[in-house]
Amino acid sequence: MRKIKIFSRFERFWHWSQMAVVVLLTLTGFEIHGNFAMFGFEQAVRLHNAAAISFIILGFITIFWLFVTGQYQNFIPTRNKLKEQISFYAKGIFHNAPHPTKKTETNKLNPLQRIIYLGLLILIFPVQTITGLLYLYYHYPENPIDASGLWLAVITHTLGAFLVVAFVVVHVYMTSTGHRITTNVKAMITGFEEEPIKKESTEKQPV
Amino acid sequence: MNKISQKLTTFLVVLVLPALVIFLTVHFGLRRGIPVKKEYQVRASLGKKVDHSEFQILKQEFKRPQDVTAACLSCHNKRDDELMASAHWKWDRETNLPNGRGKVNIGKKNLINNFCMAADGNNGSCMRCHIGYGWQDKSFDFNDPNNIDCLVCHDNTNTYKKRKNSAGMPATTENATSEFPVPDYNFVSQNVGKPKRENCGVCHFHGGGGNNVKHGDLEEAMLNCSRSVDVHMAKDGKDMACNDCHLTENHNITGRAYSVSSENTNRSTCEQCHTSAPHNDKVLDMHYIKVACQTCHIPIYAKVNPTVMYWDWSVAGKRDANGNPITEYDNQHKYSYISIKGHFVWNDHVKPDYAWFNGTADHYLYDDTITTIPLKINTLMGNYEDLESKIWPIKIHRGKQPFDTISKKLVNVKVFGNSKGEGAFWEDLRMDTAIYLGMKYAEREYSGKFDFVQTEAYWPINHQVAPKEQTLKCIDCHTRSEEGRLAKLPGFYLPGRNYAKAVDYSGFAIIIISVLGVIIHSVMRIFARKNNL
Repeated sequence: MRKIKIFSRFERFWHWSQMAVVVLLTLTGFEIHGNFAMFGFEQAVRLHNAAAISFIILGFITIFWLFVTGQYQNFIPTRNKLKEQISFYAKGIFHNAPHPTKKTETNKLNPLQRIIYLGLLILIFPVQTITGLLYLYYHYPENPIDASGLWLAVITHTLGAFLVVAFVVVHVYMTSTGHRITTNVKAMITGFEEEPIKKESTEKQPV
Repeated sequence: MNKISQKLTTFLVVLVLPALVIFLTVHFGLRRGIPVKKEYQVRASLGKKVDHSEFQILKQEFKRPQDVTAACLSCHNKRDDELMASAHWKWDRETNLPNGRGKVNIGKKNLINNFCMAADGNNGSCMRCHIGYGWQDKSFDFNDPNNIDCLVCHDNTNTYKKRKNSAGMPATTENATSEFPVPDYNFVSQNVGKPKRENCGVCHFHGGGGNNVKHGDLEEAMLNCSRSVDVHMAKDGKDMACNDCHLTENHNITGRAYSVSSENTNRSTCEQCHTSAPHNDKVLDMHYIKVACQTCHIPIYAKVNPTVMYWDWSVAGKRDANGNPITEYDNQHKYSYISIKGHFVWNDHVKPDYAWFNGTADHYLYDDTITTIPLKINTLMGNYEDLESKIWPIKIHRGKQPFDTISKKLVNVKVFGNSKGEGAFWEDLRMDTAIYLGMKYAEREYSGKFDFVQTEAYWPINHQVAPKEQTLKCIDCHTRSEEGRLAKLPGFYLPGRNYAKAVDYSGFAIIIISVLGVIIHSVMRIFARKNNL
C-alpha cells in the first residue's frame, strides 16, 4: 500500500464546512417548505438565512482559493475516459475491475465527478443563492420589477433543493466505491488515499 | 512528530473549523432583535390648564342643555364651526368612492347597514348618539350652534347621560328617571376636560343596540381591562384613552371606521408611536410591507364580552300563543332570538377573518341594485399586487335583511316608533308596514314587495391589541394546515403554505429514484463480491 496526497487542508475544511452548512440549509429549508417541524418555523427561517450567508461567504473564499491555487482545473470537464468511468460504475465494479482513472493531487476528480461537481458549482449553487437572495430581499410587488411574488424563483429554489438532496444521497453512496469502502471518506478526512501499489501509468489521465 | 501534527491538522480542518462555522451560523442566526420600547406620556396626565369652576357663566341656572352650549361658545368661539363641519355632527361626509364611482356625500345618515338597517327614520333611538340635541326628524336645525352637545364628549364627571329614545336629549324634570336623571349642568360644565374613554365609549361601545354588538373590538370591558385584553388601555398598563391614538386637533378626530368611511386619509395608525420598523429585526420588520400590525398583534377579538356575528331579520316578528313577543337565549345567556329583531349568533374570543385592504372602501348606496349574493354592504378594497394593500384582520358581520324584490334594492325599515300603532316594527311587528314607512321617510321608491337577502359587512379590527407574548406565531400563517390563519387568502405565494405540486412530486420522485438506484447498485455489488470470491 502507498499513501497518495489528494486533498489539501483547505479543501478538507471547505468540504466538511460546506457539508454541515448544506445539511442545515436542507433541514431548515424543507421545514420552511412545510414538510416537517423540527426547529420551529421562526428558528428555521433565521437559521436558513444565516446558513445562506455562511454558504455565500464560504463560496467566495473557495472561488478565490480555486483560482489562486489553480485547483479550479480539477473541475474542467473532459470526455477522456468518461465512457470508461461510466462503464466502470455500470459493469466493472461488479467484476472487481480496476478504477479506470487514478487520483493525484492535481487530478483528484474522475471525468464523471468533474461533470457532476461542475454542474453543482455553476448550476445548482448559484441558482440556489440567487433565487434565495431574491426571495429574501425582493419578494414584494413594491419593488421596481413586480415579479408577482417571485413564483418562478420559489419554484426554482425548491427544485434545486430536491436536486441537492438527490445529489447527497448518491454522493454519500459513491464514497463507498473506492478501493475499500472507507478509502474515499478517509481521503476526505486525512487528505491521503491508500492505494495498492500497481504498475500503472498515469500519463493518459485527463488533465 | 510529523504524524502528530498531521493528526492535529486533520482534527482542526475536518472537525474544529467546520464546527466553528456552524456555531457562528447558529449563534448569529438565532439572534433576535430587541424591539424598540416606546415611552409615552398619556394626554390625561398632562394636567388641566383651566379651572372651569371659577367661571361665573357656568354658575348660572341652566334651564335647557342648549344654554350650556351657549355658555361654552361664549368663550370657545369658532369651535362650533369645527364641529359643525365634522362627521360627528353631519353624519355624512363628502368622499371619493373607489372603482371610479365618484364623489358622494355618505355617512350614517344615508347608508344602509346589516344591523338595524338604517339610522335614517329611526331618529328617536339612533340619534341618541348624534352629538346634538334633538335630531328628532328632518326639521332639526343643523345650523344652530346651540344644538351642539358639548357635554357628551367633554363631561369628566361620568354623570352626564342622555335619555334613551329621545333623539339625543337629556332628561328633563318631566321625564327624569333614576337611571336617567336631569343632569347637574353646573357640576358637569364646571368639570369638563378632554374626552375620556367613557365619553367615546357610550356610543362607540354600544353601536347596534348593545355592548360590543357591532365592532367586536370595542366594548365596555375596555373601560377597566387587563393587559391581555388591550395593552394600551389596560389599567395596569399604559392606561391610554381613545384620543391618545385618535389624535385630535380642532375637533378633527383621526381614525376611520370603514363601515362608513371610504378614503385612506386622516387615519390613526400604530406608526404614530411605533415607527415602521418597530421589531428592530429584519425578518419581522419586512412583514410591515404586506401585513398590518393588527394582523399579528390582535390574534382574537371580543376577548371579554361576545359580539354579534350573524343577525337574521327574516325570522323576526314571531309571537307566542298569547300574541306576545318571544325572547330566547343561547348558552352564553345572550339573546338568540327576540321578536323585534330576529335571530342572533354571538361569539367571543373570535379569530378574525383576513383580507387585503388598502384603506379605501366602497359602500352599498341607496341606488345600487343587488347583483351578487351575499351582498357586500361595504367592500374593503385591495389585493396582493396593490402597493398600498396589507393583510388586515376583519370582523365579517353576516346578516339577512329585507330588500325590494322588484327594484332589487335594500330597503330602509322603520324599526323605532314612539308608540304602538304608528307602524314601527319594534312596536307592531309588521315588516311590510315598517318597510313602507322607512322607505317613505328616506324618500325612496318601494314596490310593496319584499324578501330577505344575505348580506356581509366588513369591519377591520384595530383594538384589543394583545401583549407581545400572545401575538400570532409564524406557524399560525406559514402552514399547510386548513386551520392556518391565511389558509383562504388568495393571490400570492406564502412560504410554508404554498407549494407547487408538480415540483414537490417530481422532487420526491428524484430522491426516491436516487435512493432506489443506490440500493440496487449496492445489492448488486454485494452479490458480485460473493461471486468473485
